[in-house]
Amino acid sequence: MQTVIKVEQLSKAYNGQPVLDRLCISVQAGTVFGLLGANGAGKTTAIECILGVKSADGGKVFLLGHHPQKERRQLFQKVGVQFQQGDFQPEIRLAELCEETACLYEAPADWQKLCAQFGLADKLKQTIKSLSGGERQKLFIVLALIPNPRLVFLDELTTGLDAKARREVWQILAKLKSNGLTIFLTSHFMDEVEVLCDEICILHKGQAVFYGTVEQAKQACNCTKFEEAYLALSGEEATI
Amino acid sequence: MKSFTILLKNELKLNLRNMNMVIFAILMPLVILLIFGFIYGNKPAAEGEAYTFMEKSFSALCCISICSGGLMGLPLLVSEYRERKILKRFQVTPVSPTKLLTVEFAIYILYSAASMLLLFPVAALFWQVRLHGSLTLFLGCWLLTMLSTLSLGLLVGGIAKNQKTASVIACLLYFPMLFFSGITVPLEVMPDIVQKIVLCMPLTQGMQLMQTAFLGLPINNSLLTFAFLSIVTLLCFGSAVKYFKWE
Repeated sequence: MQTVIKVEQLSKAYNGQPVLDRLCISVQAGTVFGLLGANGAGKTTAIECILGVKSADGGKVFLLGHHPQKERRQLFQKVGVQFQQGDFQPEIRLAELCEETACLYEAPADWQKLCAQFGLADKLKQTIKSLSGGERQKLFIVLALIPNPRLVFLDELTTGLDAKARREVWQILAKLKSNGLTIFLTSHFMDEVEVLCDEICILHKGQAVFYGTVEQAKQACNCTKFEEAYLALSGEEATI
Repeated sequence: MKSFTILLKNELKLNLRNMNMVIFAILMPLVILLIFGFIYGNKPAAEGEAYTFMEKSFSALCCISICSGGLMGLPLLVSEYRERKILKRFQVTPVSPTKLLTVEFAIYILYSAASMLLLFPVAALFWQVRLHGSLTLFLGCWLLTMLSTLSLGLLVGGIAKNQKTASVIACLLYFPMLFFSGITVPLEVMPDIVQKIVLCMPLTQGMQLMQTAFLGLPINNSLLTFAFLSIVTLLCFGSAVKYFKWE
């Protein structure tokens, strides 16, 4: 099996405070990997350092065999990204944003089809700011899929979606995974992680405190429910 | 090339929807033209001159949209895109910084061209403004003036730490250029010392070059100005690309 994401000893500090401490991750092609942790645990910094948007202080990253900063333009032909806080040009409409995104790639997916698949077909003429939170979240996923990617990064992909919309997104992601897409996600919903993720890593203050499958996490702390296991492993239990 | 056209089309649409540049780069020069026209009519620029005041002012009017777009619109747009993390979104796509900057640059070229294409027929129709010199030379001077001013603006947008800084620098460049470079107030009426200072601004130099070309006056000693404006263009555009920051 091909290793799609290879992260070795990734470290990053802000003003002397370590936010990522020697993080190691390895993700195989066609699997779903979940990076978990409380707010401020270092998830977003980890994603940004892995993507090369931020420079790490130490460590190595290879995505699809590419160095994310040195080979940025080749790499992002094949990688889709949804940031947690994405902003857009004021006044831009959905169709314009999709068109503008699609034109950057050599072989983009049909964005109109993707919008239809995510129930956005009748919103194409609306401005992004007039969309509801859920619609916007779906659009972000559409944008991440426009490159026809081999790998996608989804940072808190279902935050803001209602229960039904979340299930729909799961189904779509499961289907994409069965087509061979590799998915790297962060999430605060443990039911979602349990359904989707093949492997997880739990971060606590920038350090990986657990790395393995959901089943292994449950076994590790003798829990029947994954959410309990997560709370125990991430050190959040005490505050409940 | 296809992506450049689509980006340009969409970014131009967004820019027009915003209306700021339509007002400051298209309507404002037109209004000033009309005001000048009603005040000066067909009067000669000075007693015994072969050209009218309006003909002498035409180049300055063309520079208003260059000034508004290049020293206000462009730097603010680039810094806004950075601050709102729109550039960060582009960073995780295959687009190159040069392409993005060139698209935004091209928008303001279009504004400057549109403004000139609107001003000339109006001035020609109502106040018989005629081009006395060579068209090629005038367009060449216009192009160089525009490219140098826009490059300066691109550099400001590229290196300003945030939108606030960009806005302060833009104001420091925009207002003096608008009021003291001879665009809105003729250079000759200003005190000597002010004249000497504003002559160092690329827009002043460019405008005088355009004026000379438009009126068909001898352009002999202008090689230095050409060189100056070319260097400003290359230096500013090059630095804007080189020191470009996504975030």
